Amino acid sequence: MAFERLQAELARQGYVAGPDLAMALHLALVLGRPLLLEGAAGVGKTEVARALAAAKGCELIRLQCYEGLDAAQAIYEWNYQRQLLAIRAHAEAGETGAAVEARLFSADYLLERPLLRAIRQPVAPVLLIDEIDRADEEFEAYLLEVLSDFQITIPELGTITATTRPMVILTSNGTRDLSDALRRRCLYAHVDYPDPATELAILQARCPGVGQALGRQIVGFVQALRREDLEKKPGVAEMLDFAAALAGLGLADLTDDPAILQAALATLLKTQGDRAGITTEVAQRLAGRAA
Amino acid sequence: MRGGVTRFAARDDGPMARVAGFMAHLRANGFRLGIAETETALAALAALPADEASVRRALKAVACGCAEDWARFDAVFDSYWRNGGRVRTKAMPSAGRPAPPRNSRGAEGRSESGGGKADAPDRSTDGDSEAGGEGRLIASTIRNLMKRDLREVVSPEDIRAAERVALRLGQALRDRRSRRARADRRGARIDLRRTIRAALSTGGEPLRLARKRRPDRPVRISALVDVSGSMTLYARPFLAFLAGLMRADARADAYLFHTRLVRITEALRDDDPLRALNRITLLADGFGGGSRIGAALDQFATTHARRFVNGRSVVMILSDGYDSAPSDQMEQAMARLSRRGCRILWLNPLKGWRDYAPVAAGMAAAMPYLDLFASAATLDDLAALEQELARL
Repeated sequence: MAFERLQAELARQGYVAGPDLAMALHLALVLGRPLLLEGAAGVGKTEVARALAAAKGCELIRLQCYEGLDAAQAIYEWNYQRQLLAIRAHAEAGETGAAVEARLFSADYLLERPLLRAIRQPVAPVLLIDEIDRADEEFEAYLLEVLSDFQITIPELGTITATTRPMVILTSNGTRDLSDALRRRCLYAHVDYPDPATELAILQARCPGVGQALGRQIVGFVQALRREDLEKKPGVAEMLDFAAALAGLGLADLTDDPAILQAALATLLKTQGDRAGITTEVAQRLAGRAA
Repeated sequence: MRGGVTRFAARDDGPMARVAGFMAHLRANGFRLGIAETETALAALAALPADEASVRRALKAVACGCAEDWARFDAVFDSYWRNGGRVRTKAMPSAGRPAPPRNSRGAEGRSESGGGKADAPDRSTDGDSEAGGEGRLIASTIRNLMKRDLREVVSPEDIRAAERVALRLGQALRDRRSRRARADRRGARIDLRRTIRAALSTGGEPLRLARKRRPDRPVRISALVDVSGSMTLYARPFLAFLAGLMRADARADAYLFHTRLVRITEALRDDDPLRALNRITLLADGFGGGSRIGAALDQFATTHARRFVNGRSVVMILSDGYDSAPSDQMEQAMARLSRRGCRILWLNPLKGWRDYAPVAAGMAAAMPYLDLFASAATLDDLAALEQELARL
């Protein structure tokens, strides 16, 4: 089936997608709709876009949202420095008026930002709009406009229509609610922390050097750790760091050396409170259960 | 679709109507879906093999819009396609409108909130809910206020005074986070785009620097006033304040709540202040009864707030925080509300009392989500808030 083929393609890129997510991605590709991914930080939302772009062999264009993101950073900006220089150069050459103006506001002096770049690609790229919940509502509204028409109007140049329709993936950490209008425009998938089997598959795909037994222990340990009362639960990327750290420190079994395990926890626990909460005893208990 | 476990009636209208019926079923279960989603669902199903797993996942991707929907979807799906239990609606060929609310009183006048009605809390105990909780500071006045006319509570003079206060508060509450720069001769930043265009006429010398600045944006105020029994003493200034606010600020929104939530924005905008109060009296049936703040706020957060509250909004709650329902509902409602990105002010008339501590369970649950917790019992108190609001 088609969505399973996509799942396999993603797996070849080292991304293990659950069936729900694979189906949502497949539908987004088939129907040409944007896909909104929600879920906690560190579950691999951003990674989906990278893997999809690699699987499709197309470019990944990323727009990182942040509070205060404006059109000049998201869509386009004129290259003012070059324009100023060009005006002087033209003046020395004796050119004037309309000719200069036409040249100054031509595509040569346009700085493409991600949204404009995404619709002007010869091959449809993957456009990743990361952490859309951090941008403000005005930007969200603008984005809606771009996502429905796939055209951008620049007063000096006119309307630029998409040469190809990018595959759009939006991610959100849920720090604020998105507008219903945006949600309704998109297909939706909620990405959760992977179950043990999936996480083990991810670990084996990304860190083939880690042995089967240790891999199972690592996954069991991290899964148990997520059930603890933590401020910031370790994501998949942290789990991979943890595995790499253990492999680098030469640990073959989690329960072998409490000191090394405690040191390696630096890759999983990123706040002072969490470090203090997971003492050596707690870590050993979790490791013992995972073993 | 074939091989579905639910047995449909012989006069069933085919797969398309069944999908439409399923979308209506989702709507009845609180999913926010329109015709466009049904179209997308049909397009998605047309592109997929017709086995149950594919159909389930495809409809999930199309119909869900948030994490809550995502978590509930499978159960709702099973209940429809597998006759697993809570089937509320049948497959109906014309599934354009959401199912009517269970309780006819949920119609709420003309409070045109589109979806979400299914989330409305159960109001079956409307009249007698002052029996529970500790919301009975002035228990003796509860009964006779049940049928009291609001015109006795608020006079037109009050409203005129309140209008001035509301105007000043509205001006104090400015949002300074605008991202769109506007041309301004004395702005702080240089508008390079205009400067360069102007420079063309002076041979490339930017003689005149065009400037821009970020304008202040007014915020949208949503005010929710508790008119339950324990708040009777304070209803007068607060209602006057609401009426004044509506007159001073065309974008503000007003609600009353006691055991349920009523949107009174339209009523308060009536040209004639007296007629406005009349209309509210009709809407606010149950005025002076018990309070279910958590339920009312939750209703607000899931219905009106989705349309009217965003990151530029200020939600102003005027209540004493005495809730007759458990506090976890309040907690959930406040969490949901604060996720809209708004600022939340809670003005509590009791806070002015000596030795007041927010010990009422509901109030304590709400505290972490508040941007400002202040005392306000009279119109003067509200006017005095101007300074604090400007600092927000």
